[in-house]
Amino acid sequence: MTTTPVLQRRDFLKTAATGSAVLLIGFHLPTSAFADSSEDQEKKPVNPFNAWVRIAPDNQVTLILGKSEMGQGIMTALPMILAEELCLDWSKIKIDQAPTNPKIYDLGTGGSGSVAGSWTPLRQAGAAAREMLITAAAQRWNVLRDTCKAQDGGVLHGARKQFFTYGELAPDAAKLPIPDFHTVPLKSSADFTIVGHDQQSVVARKKSTGAAKFGIDARPANLQYAVIARCPVFGGKVAKFDATKAKAVPGVRDVFAIDAVAMGAFTAGGVVVIADNSWAAMQGRKALAITWDEGPHAAESSASLHQQFIDNAAKPGKVVRNDGDADAALAAAPKKLESVYEIPFAAHACMEPMNCTVHIRPDGAEAWIPTQAPQWAQDVIAQVSGLKPESVIVHTTLMGGGFGRRYQADFAVEAAQVAKAVGKPVMVLWTREDDMQHDFYRPAAYHRLQGAVDPQGALLAWKHFQTSTSIAAVWEKNGLEKPEQSEFGTAAFIPYRTPNFRVEYTLAQSGVPRAWWRSVEHSGCGFVVESFVDELAHAAGADPVAFRLKLLGDPRIIPDFFGPTENKPLNSARLEGVLKLAAEKAGWGTPLPKGVAHGIATYYSFESYTAAVAEVSVKDGQVNVQRIVYAVDCGRPINPEGVTAQVESAAIYGLSAFMNDAITINKGRVEQSNFNDYEMPRINQSPKIEVHIVRSTEDPTGIGEPGLPVIAPAVCNAVFALTNKRLRRLPIQPADLA
Amino acid sequence: MAITFVLNGNSQSIDVSPDMPLLWVLRDILNMTGTKFGCGMALCGACTVHINGEASRSCITPISTVAGKNITTIEGLSLDGTHPVQQAWVAEDVPQCGYCQSGQIMSAVALLAKKTNPTDADIDDAMSGNICRCGTYQRIRKAIHRAAAASPAKTNSAA
Repeated sequence: MTTTPVLQRRDFLKTAATGSAVLLIGFHLPTSAFADSSEDQEKKPVNPFNAWVRIAPDNQVTLILGKSEMGQGIMTALPMILAEELCLDWSKIKIDQAPTNPKIYDLGTGGSGSVAGSWTPLRQAGAAAREMLITAAAQRWNVLRDTCKAQDGGVLHGARKQFFTYGELAPDAAKLPIPDFHTVPLKSSADFTIVGHDQQSVVARKKSTGAAKFGIDARPANLQYAVIARCPVFGGKVAKFDATKAKAVPGVRDVFAIDAVAMGAFTAGGVVVIADNSWAAMQGRKALAITWDEGPHAAESSASLHQQFIDNAAKPGKVVRNDGDADAALAAAPKKLESVYEIPFAAHACMEPMNCTVHIRPDGAEAWIPTQAPQWAQDVIAQVSGLKPESVIVHTTLMGGGFGRRYQADFAVEAAQVAKAVGKPVMVLWTREDDMQHDFYRPAAYHRLQGAVDPQGALLAWKHFQTSTSIAAVWEKNGLEKPEQSEFGTAAFIPYRTPNFRVEYTLAQSGVPRAWWRSVEHSGCGFVVESFVDELAHAAGADPVAFRLKLLGDPRIIPDFFGPTENKPLNSARLEGVLKLAAEKAGWGTPLPKGVAHGIATYYSFESYTAAVAEVSVKDGQVNVQRIVYAVDCGRPINPEGVTAQVESAAIYGLSAFMNDAITINKGRVEQSNFNDYEMPRINQSPKIEVHIVRSTEDPTGIGEPGLPVIAPAVCNAVFALTNKRLRRLPIQPADLA
Repeated sequence: MAITFVLNGNSQSIDVSPDMPLLWVLRDILNMTGTKFGCGMALCGACTVHINGEASRSCITPISTVAGKNITTIEGLSLDGTHPVQQAWVAEDVPQCGYCQSGQIMSAVALLAKKTNPTDADIDDAMSGNICRCGTYQRIRKAIHRAAAASPAKTNSAA
């Protein structure tokens, strides 16, 4: 784990062209990430490689990769995959964070895609290196290749009991042609000794001693610290300011204004205070006198947005999907249900507030950034500084949480503006209040579900209308064609069979920035779909598990409605598998103590299948989630312990959405500011969480996010089972339980 | 005027504004970045250190108030992770992003100094001031029990 750039393009070409002492195998990891809408990103040519395996004569094996670690465990899972094919101790593999170089990299970490996207390329790269090293050994011994085998970080010739380390073989292997990745023999999974076995995180020790370096810990020489006073109203700007008192604060060095910019990443601009330390900068900011031009969104409020939702819902939406005739089926049905669900904006609240450290010199720039999108950060720093992207070195640091927030480049844009003005290394630090009030929030949304079930329990119709502040609309204000694409996810291809299925969408206007929040559209859609299915089950007098199983019906393959060619289809048999497994492990249907109930939900997202049973009690109007039992099928688990940890984490994040997460707007500004009014679940509210992993042999799929969407519906369904109160708003409102 | 205190066993003298919080003295003046900034209002516990053995939020502790006192930070437990609580954290694979864990560990060490064999309720009481956005609470609980079990002081004498 290091953030040192280890390989510049020139070195790479030289190594590849001439062969050298170092065996270097380049390969390409797909950015299984969010489509980022910066046009500059889209125009970039696809580069052949963004990751390398490097074996040096000192026997050090290094994996150089362009993925960012934010707690999801890739620094453990990815070397495990490589080591499996390369036949060595995975924990000895060094991981170097790839430097950003626009000509050879294509970086980005998101969409729960790191393991899924790395699985095959990493195996192929490891196998290619292994085969080359075996060939080199056979040639050196002048024996047949098949008398040699890779083992324990070297090649063994059994008959003579001879052994060369990979380091000893690397110079010879580097001269051999690299095998075709598509035909190189991969290990049989029956022989796996690392993949599929629990491993401890390699960075746990550094994270337990204070030694782990996050972005906020960057301390280049002569570092200055900055905070920015941003207009509290979205879209507003500085009208005038007086810095006299701020400049009088001891330690304050300078005060100046920066403009708001839109480079794909949107920033607020504001007044910058530069100081010798963070505290002085914050004190200086408090002493500023600023008059704001509040801009076009100063009248926006959560109440006005709610009214907009109501008005939108009174009219038909744009038809996203229309199978059969849902309206006619609903009209004819003897028994039908209609329910409205609402979800507010939510902040990410990464524990490490946003920050970015940049040093811009006339001839180049260097930056230390906790980012999920280092290449985008590099681009914006280049644009602001006027430097070429390749002159901007980005050190991707560890992140104190990402959850999608750090896929933005706004904090890099600001830091570049400030660094350009200062000419010295400068850290732009966000306080918790800055972070809370200038986030890119989970969209606020309003869903209306209508459905009908016949006496035999068949789903006659399903109609889903949504109006929301779409994520896509943040980038495509003009000529917006498909704002719904970022808002429905699996809700547009539910696994429950019905001949009449209609999905409609109406875009709501808002000045509040929106973007990807852990599990993105699935956090809301999982809640509404799995709550409404539960409503239908109760209306039919059916057991919620049996009802779902009946609607799933015979196993079938359902294409991803929005990505039928690029995304894996939903396999209803696998969903049924986790539904049954969670129910069985939780003891679904067995009697519970008085005052305790179970609720269940199951969902497909990021190509993975999850189900959760929540065990809850309610006392004095407080919902107490005592236990959550998960079943997850994310394909072959690479590090089962890591899968479990990610699901536990998603459970608490989902519980946060159920209990607390609401950003409300008044007079165009966020009303919450810190953890006193935007509360987080704490250890005393943390349920017992059990995770049961399906031992699938399918290729691995996402797991950082899929655990989240099932939590709110499982808990709300349990609350209904216990109290007969249906919670249709997130977070939980005391009035809905009364 | 210089303020003198004991930091991880060594005398430390600092000449800064007396109202500067200990957190920023540690992070920005002494470049000891193991102690983290999370909220600035003693709401999240990321900045937890020990002042005369008590778990304290360094983000709201003016440096003037620690004159003559003993401060222990995460770096003062051990740099190589050999403190029993750090070992328990590694063994239970607690950290995810890891940002809050310095504060979690400092709170846990203070708890175990008072209660060598804490119950779940004791853990809830002592640890509910520390937020973990990655939700590692279940593992924190296990790690504290593990550290308690591993400690040679594990007897009933503290009860």
